[in-house]
Amino acid sequence: MKRGAFMDSTVVGFVRALGRALMSEEIARQHGLLQALDPRVRVVGLFSLVMAVTLSRRLAVVLALFLVAVMIAIFSKVSISTLARRVWLVVLAFTGVIALPAIFITPGNPIATWAGGTVRITAPGLTTAVLLIARVETAVTLTSLLVLCTPWTHVLKALQSFRLPEEVIAMLAMTHRYVFLLVETASQMFESRRSRTVGRLPGGEQRRMTARTAGVLLSKSIDLSQEVYLAMQSRGFRGEVRILSDFHLRSRDYVGLLAFVCIGVIAVWMGR
Amino acid sequence: MHIPDGYLSPSTCATLYAGAIAGWYAALKRLKRLLLNRVVPLISVFAAFAFVVMMFNLPLPGGTTGHAIGVTIATIVLGPSGAILAISIALAIQALFFGDGGITTLGANCFNMAIIGSLVANGSYRLIAAGASVASKRRIVAAAIAGYLAVNAAALIAAIEFGLQPLLFHDAAGTPLYAPYPFQIALPAMMIGHLTFAGLAEAVLSAGLVAYLQVADPGLLQGTAGVIASTDDGFMVARPAANSQRRLWLAVALLMLLTPLGILAAGTAWSEWSPSEFARNGSPAQAVTPDSLPPGGIPAGMQRLANLWTAPFPAYAPPFVRSAAFGYLLSAMFGVGVLLVLSLLVQRYLERRRATRYSS
Repeated sequence: MKRGAFMDSTVVGFVRALGRALMSEEIARQHGLLQALDPRVRVVGLFSLVMAVTLSRRLAVVLALFLVAVMIAIFSKVSISTLARRVWLVVLAFTGVIALPAIFITPGNPIATWAGGTVRITAPGLTTAVLLIARVETAVTLTSLLVLCTPWTHVLKALQSFRLPEEVIAMLAMTHRYVFLLVETASQMFESRRSRTVGRLPGGEQRRMTARTAGVLLSKSIDLSQEVYLAMQSRGFRGEVRILSDFHLRSRDYVGLLAFVCIGVIAVWMGR
Repeated sequence: MHIPDGYLSPSTCATLYAGAIAGWYAALKRLKRLLLNRVVPLISVFAAFAFVVMMFNLPLPGGTTGHAIGVTIATIVLGPSGAILAISIALAIQALFFGDGGITTLGANCFNMAIIGSLVANGSYRLIAAGASVASKRRIVAAAIAGYLAVNAAALIAAIEFGLQPLLFHDAAGTPLYAPYPFQIALPAMMIGHLTFAGLAEAVLSAGLVAYLQVADPGLLQGTAGVIASTDDGFMVARPAANSQRRLWLAVALLMLLTPLGILAAGTAWSEWSPSEFARNGSPAQAVTPDSLPPGGIPAGMQRLANLWTAPFPAYAPPFVRSAAFGYLLSAMFGVGVLLVLSLLVQRYLERRRATRYSS
């Protein structure tokens, strides 16, 4: 392994995560189809489409839902190249590798054979592999649309209106806040260590160094939680969470919800 | 091990959501009893820590790198209830905010990694480190083994979930609708990667962190050290599990143990004989009615009524029961039951030992 490569790849991972978060904030600010709908409608609508994707047993229906997802993306000003790069190619690489052997090893009618019948592609194998990839691509696209077009506070507010316990909402909100703080802290620790590292660290030392970095981060996290707790108490926190920004369902929200649910129900019915 | 949307059927997802919700509810209730308002900031910040640690590229022996889950160190510092919540929140943020891991499979991911992971880590760490002082080397070894076992247990459960898909969910032609591989492929495919890299990564991280904390912040290790901890921080309280809860778990374990036995046991329940039982020589049905029946005879009324109603599932068995692969499911159920009973026994043993130590 290259000198300090494990540190570099960790820091690159951090930067990528921060980049994705920034990008989603930018897209959420645009004026598009999903952004115009009430966040609760977005959560329920896209979730019902994801459910329809998982319930549907026909490839054609899953592909139709994929087209619906692409249309929603276009009207919500999410660039197709971003989706292709960040979602479709990643899913294809991961699920493709998993689905590929199924083409050959699923028992069934062979549609092509090589090497005297030892290597063969079967019809059910091809169907199951394509169905799996299509299903995962569509579901992940729909989830990504929700994530990209909705600010985190709105997702939380929507979850709150679905009667999730207050503690869970508070934990999700605070965790999200501290993820960014800790990512920054960890990334600074790795960068400073990297700049002080000359030559190649032996494997054992690399492991010790990474574990110690995690240890320092852990101690810092616990201290931080103590400080946050005292700050919360001193401000009179009694367990309820308030998110500024009130949601009101307007007529277009009802239309949007109806459209989502109709597409979902039709897809489930046709994909039986 | 993050299962994305589309790999598991909706009914599998719903079942695992139900399992995860039960775990979350129990964990939240238990933590709130111990910590009140301290729960929210502690779990939140720890979840953020777990999230960041999942992104660490850990150098492994052999020159590769791997990612840990962080469930073992969470269990060691916070106890199993805290770990279940912290890791679940971290997984939820990954799914809802970063789009990693599915929404429909969030329950499955939390069940595998947060619930199974922390329960296995808790059992194995406490068992191996029982009686060791906070600064003991045995705790480092215990953390490594607990990490390795926790990740592999989670992977095994995930592999079972995958392996069930083609058995239970396929179309009329037999084409699998979700994850396509049966057990004989899903199990080795999942386990090879976890037995080597992922398990090792968790072991390296957990052991390294415990070694670091022993020197830098030993207070954080006291919560699960089996000694009565100081409650200055307000969150480290070692308290034996409530008896009623243990009885409930014992009942669940026994049920899981007995269910497969009941399905597999030979013979029929007394007086629930089918017409063919009367025809079979030496069956208990003949012994009950020796005078009124010719040898091998079937009561006429019974014969007439037998064809009136045929159950949709003959002898309670849906079609897949007769496939050999269903045996895997039964064995898994049996195995989980055995694990539950074992962990209850270990817990009881440790508590007795602790009690005798403090009383002497």
